[in-house]
Amino acid sequence: MDRILYGDNQFFAVNHISDAKSMEQSMKFKENDAIIATLDQAIEAGIDTFMCTTHDRIAFVCDAVRSNPEKYKDFKIYPCMPYAHKYANAVTELGIQGTIKQYVPGNFFGSMFKGGKALVSKDYLAIMELLVDAEMKMFEGVKTPVVFLQNVITDLLLGLGMDEILKGFHDYVREKYDVEPGFITMNLPKLAETLEGLGIENPIICASINSANFRMSGGKELYEETLRTKKIRVIAMQVLGGGAIPPKEALGYVCGLPNIESILFGASSKRNIDNTVSTIHEFDSK
Amino acid sequence: MLRVALVGAGKMGLSHLSILGAHPNVEVVGVCDTSLIVMGALKKYTKFPCYKKFTKMLDQEKPDAVFVAVPTKLHYEMIKELLDRKIHVFAEKPFCLNPEQGSELARLAEEHNLVNQVGYHNKFIGTFKEVKRIIESGALGEIYHFTGEAYGPVVTKKKDSTWRSNPADGGGCLMDYASHVIDLLNHLISPVASAEGTLLKSIYSQHVDDAVYSLLKLESGETGVLSVNWSDDTYRKMSTSVSITGTEGKIISDASELKVFVKKEGALDGYTKGWNVKYVTQLTDQVDFYLRGEEYSAQIDYFVNAALKKGPNDINTFKSAARTDNAIALIKNNSKTKA
Repeated sequence: MDRILYGDNQFFAVNHISDAKSMEQSMKFKENDAIIATLDQAIEAGIDTFMCTTHDRIAFVCDAVRSNPEKYKDFKIYPCMPYAHKYANAVTELGIQGTIKQYVPGNFFGSMFKGGKALVSKDYLAIMELLVDAEMKMFEGVKTPVVFLQNVITDLLLGLGMDEILKGFHDYVREKYDVEPGFITMNLPKLAETLEGLGIENPIICASINSANFRMSGGKELYEETLRTKKIRVIAMQVLGGGAIPPKEALGYVCGLPNIESILFGASSKRNIDNTVSTIHEFDSK
Repeated sequence: MLRVALVGAGKMGLSHLSILGAHPNVEVVGVCDTSLIVMGALKKYTKFPCYKKFTKMLDQEKPDAVFVAVPTKLHYEMIKELLDRKIHVFAEKPFCLNPEQGSELARLAEEHNLVNQVGYHNKFIGTFKEVKRIIESGALGEIYHFTGEAYGPVVTKKKDSTWRSNPADGGGCLMDYASHVIDLLNHLISPVASAEGTLLKSIYSQHVDDAVYSLLKLESGETGVLSVNWSDDTYRKMSTSVSITGTEGKIISDASELKVFVKKEGALDGYTKGWNVKYVTQLTDQVDFYLRGEEYSAQIDYFVNAALKKGPNDINTFKSAARTDNAIALIKNNSKTKA
């Protein structure tokens, strides 16, 4: 994985510390062209990996990449699925069964639900696989060397103890797409232990890691110990604590930790992109 | 170790179950729901004992505490059953369909000395906790106006299919969405005493309200505005905010950002004269397991500690949730009176 990954929160009005800023971003990136222009600025700054949710609007980015093969020849996307709000809103409206019916392609469920039969285990894994395929569709012809499961799903399964589904996702992404599976989590220590127990070697895990101890479940010390002792490939996200930590302090902390392979960040202006990239390089060269 | 069971494995139920499953002081002894697809998955992939029948689960597992996350219309009967069996209860919001039911359950819980809590999670959010602290310090002077708001994209087109769209089931924006804001105002300043000029608007729904606008008067005399709309596409997810104006200062807060204006230097510890901005990142206590927001874990920690007699049971009690139900009833009744 590259040292620096560019994220997509700013494009979709995700802001952890300000609703006002979130609305501002929603206005700024209303047009797809504004997203592409900012993405190009990140590429100019030397970033080749875009880590993004499987939001509908990412299809436009994929189109741009496919139609400009020369310009984007080194460009990679790490899809993070699913775009949770799409499903969360659907569950509120349609219930769990209705949501699965709506989003699982084909007529997989027609007969099953009619008979009121309970599903057998291969059906559940098949649902998961069909949902992965549905989310992956827009990335056809685009390089996606790592495919992630979003934290809300990873952590939901982790808490429920549905380890087999985590393993199922891992195996399916490898077998079907021949790429690396990854997991986003807000519970790095617990996930690292669980994946180890499942026999998943050296997994890719993306977690919130910052000097402010923000969204680091179990605390900073436990995270630092996990980084020191577990065999994992880690992507640090939320390194700026949602913007609450001054960039120098934030990046200095993360660059000084062991076992952090990549740093994920989002920014909506050229100046902030350039500053973040050069600050990371500066700390790395020390 | 607290032996906990859950009834109602929908969106909130599964979220609670995951947090409970990861909790070091909790043993999940049962899950009960009628959905074949959800229960099939839990049976196959988790260690939790699964039940179709609520009373059978209680008979067999004898839990210390039960999380009730079924639709509101089923709360009263189920919670009464639990209290009669001397079981601690955590219930989802809104609490009951009317304030009488809620008050009765609150009385029962107190009589039996049982831990009782309702899932109004905003009170466990760092920014709102700080708002409460500031108001109690008196640093705002005399509060003369407030606004409580919430907007989000729940019902954004014409459709009519779930329990949220049925008024008899506890559906509608007032019960499901505005209840959060009302509960927060009740807690931060004082309980709602009356409502005037209420507008309940149906925007897309046929049978329930999608927006609520009302002028509220609180028991301690303050007045202000309630403005809630769950059909607002301009929000990505629910956004709840309060603004409170006093003679000595003003607070504007949502779940992520707290802005405080202080008129005089030295009036409030940790704040200087003029505008002060704090973020939830600075105001949030770390939790041991995170899913969707620290507040969801924090409220469960609080409940578990109370049930294990390691902590108080003062926040989000049945009594306070019944007051919120009462405010909902006042607003609903006012909307029916002709101007």
